[in-house]
Amino acid sequence: MKMLLLYVRRSLRQHALSTIVTAASVALASGLLMGVFAIKDQARAAFTAGHTGYDAVLGARGSQLQLVLNSIFHLDTSPGNIPWKLYTEIRDTPGVTAAVPYAVGDNYRGFRIVGTTPEAFNAPVGRGFKLAAGGKWFNPDEKEAVVGSYVAQKTGLAAGSRFNPYHGLAYNPAMRHPDEYIVTGVLEPTNTPCDRVVWIPIDGMYRMAGHVLRGAGTEFIPQPGQSIPDEDKEVSAVMLRLASPEAGFMLNQMVNRQGNAATLAWPIGKVMEEVFDKFGWLDRVLALIAVMTALVSCACILAALYNTISERRREFAILRALGARKRAVLGAVLMESSAIAGVGAVCGYPVYAALLFAASLVIKAQTGVELNIFYWHPALLWTPAAMFFLGGLAGLVPALKAYATPVAENLAPLS
Amino acid sequence: MTALELSKLKKYYKAPDGHRHCVINIAGFSLDRGEHVALEGASGSGKTTLLNLIAGIVSPDSGSIRVGDTDMAALGETRRDHVRASSIGYIHQTFNLLQGLSALENVLMAMSFGKGADEKVAASLLERVGLGGRMHHRPAQLSSGQQQRVAVVRALANRPGLVLADEVTSSLDSKLSIETVTLIRELCRENGAALLLASHDHTALSRFERTLRLEDINSPAETAL
Repeated sequence: MKMLLLYVRRSLRQHALSTIVTAASVALASGLLMGVFAIKDQARAAFTAGHTGYDAVLGARGSQLQLVLNSIFHLDTSPGNIPWKLYTEIRDTPGVTAAVPYAVGDNYRGFRIVGTTPEAFNAPVGRGFKLAAGGKWFNPDEKEAVVGSYVAQKTGLAAGSRFNPYHGLAYNPAMRHPDEYIVTGVLEPTNTPCDRVVWIPIDGMYRMAGHVLRGAGTEFIPQPGQSIPDEDKEVSAVMLRLASPEAGFMLNQMVNRQGNAATLAWPIGKVMEEVFDKFGWLDRVLALIAVMTALVSCACILAALYNTISERRREFAILRALGARKRAVLGAVLMESSAIAGVGAVCGYPVYAALLFAASLVIKAQTGVELNIFYWHPALLWTPAAMFFLGGLAGLVPALKAYATPVAENLAPLS
Repeated sequence: MTALELSKLKKYYKAPDGHRHCVINIAGFSLDRGEHVALEGASGSGKTTLLNLIAGIVSPDSGSIRVGDTDMAALGETRRDHVRASSIGYIHQTFNLLQGLSALENVLMAMSFGKGADEKVAASLLERVGLGGRMHHRPAQLSSGQQQRVAVVRALANRPGLVLADEVTSSLDSKLSIETVTLIRELCRENGAALLLASHDHTALSRFERTLRLEDINSPAETAL
């Protein structure tokens, strides 16, 4: 056995290029398979697991998904505004424990600016917004801002920095507001979409030059020093914390079934679940591609070994002439395929880590959600095991060819 | 004591025209333990086929091949492999060394299929044939003569009772041919092994006291179908 293992090792070394390329294809397939499953599950968990800190979102009549994407994930455009009155009504509804208004419509270098109340920093359950050292919360009556950690990292904004917002949700240098804001604090990273947000007082959003309020049905442009009547105010969304699921059920009936002025997205996780369910086919396609890659890598093992078997018939004949049993030759080739598959499966882990790291960077840049590279998924165990098994099995065809090598024909010429 | 005994041995091959042709038809032949015999025959006369039959690499169509106490013709492939590994040393015309292994590892590989790999024994045998300083070299790093010596050591490492040598001098010059045959005979004598050396090289054949012509013991034409 020891000598046969030595023979296998030397043989793999003799065909080093083919061995490395084949093992690399197995590593790639293994890493891809693990990556697809881990990223899919982590992304689903991040978008649906209820880490948003709120139970429901109230917004303009329309798509619940658009409402959630806009207000929770700070993606997509706002479905429209609702009057301030709806905010105060729902805030005072029994069963609602917290209601935080959001007003959106501006950005700073592409990062969304959300006008809100100071409650936004303590209302979300389990969110635990914390300011980085040296920062303080904004004064709702001043042109002050608190910025998310990712915004600070990308734009260089820090406590004491001054900036001008830009109109619209997409960055356009020509749309610069003349209003200047001062940053009072930077939030510590939360690994959520909130890291990509610039928070300012909601009053500041109303008073931004060029903004027109239509809460009362007529246009209202607030002048400096002039108080804004509540009926003229509008909000893009109201983030809600509810006392119980029954409260959510009741609000759902009231807003979505009986009313027609607004939309309630509740529960938030379920809305996102539906999105993932709708795109379930995409998961299956990705998984299929990964499985196909795995099969191709196994086929690579088969082809690589099968090609070398033809060159090595003489070697097998020599081994047989020395007294090696047929099954020893079969075993040697299976050991080679298993070794390639094994090395590839182990090397799949760095591929997986690199893939997850790259995906994490992209997802964080796009959504603020951060993936955990050390996330445990059963695929991390069964994928390498399956690759090892399938890769080993792929060696069976060349092994049988080696097994059937006619000894006499492949030794010395007849004399 | 008989090391090899052939009896009513026949081997047919199927020709491209579909007919079966008898290439080996030996009524009887024997080799005593420790006896050295050279088998002379022209190329294509069936020398390799006969040695392959004796080694159990190919099976006969009829007859018996007794190696020591074992009838190779009556054994299945696996048992023949076992007997070949432990009781027969086979030296091939083209050395047939495994190119990925060193000289020492080639010898150890053969031992591993027989009585077990023993590095000390393998190394001392290689030193005995003057390859002490080259035992870790690959075949490609050795001269033809050195490769042939490795092949000889490999065949004798398991101390077989019967050694078969097939045209072992065909790729060597006459000086090396004499050295190689002398070495094989010396090592066989030391082990008490019987030797059957097939060749058409007169230099090699001249080193033997007993030389047989294959035609004298083999009459294939008589049994062609």
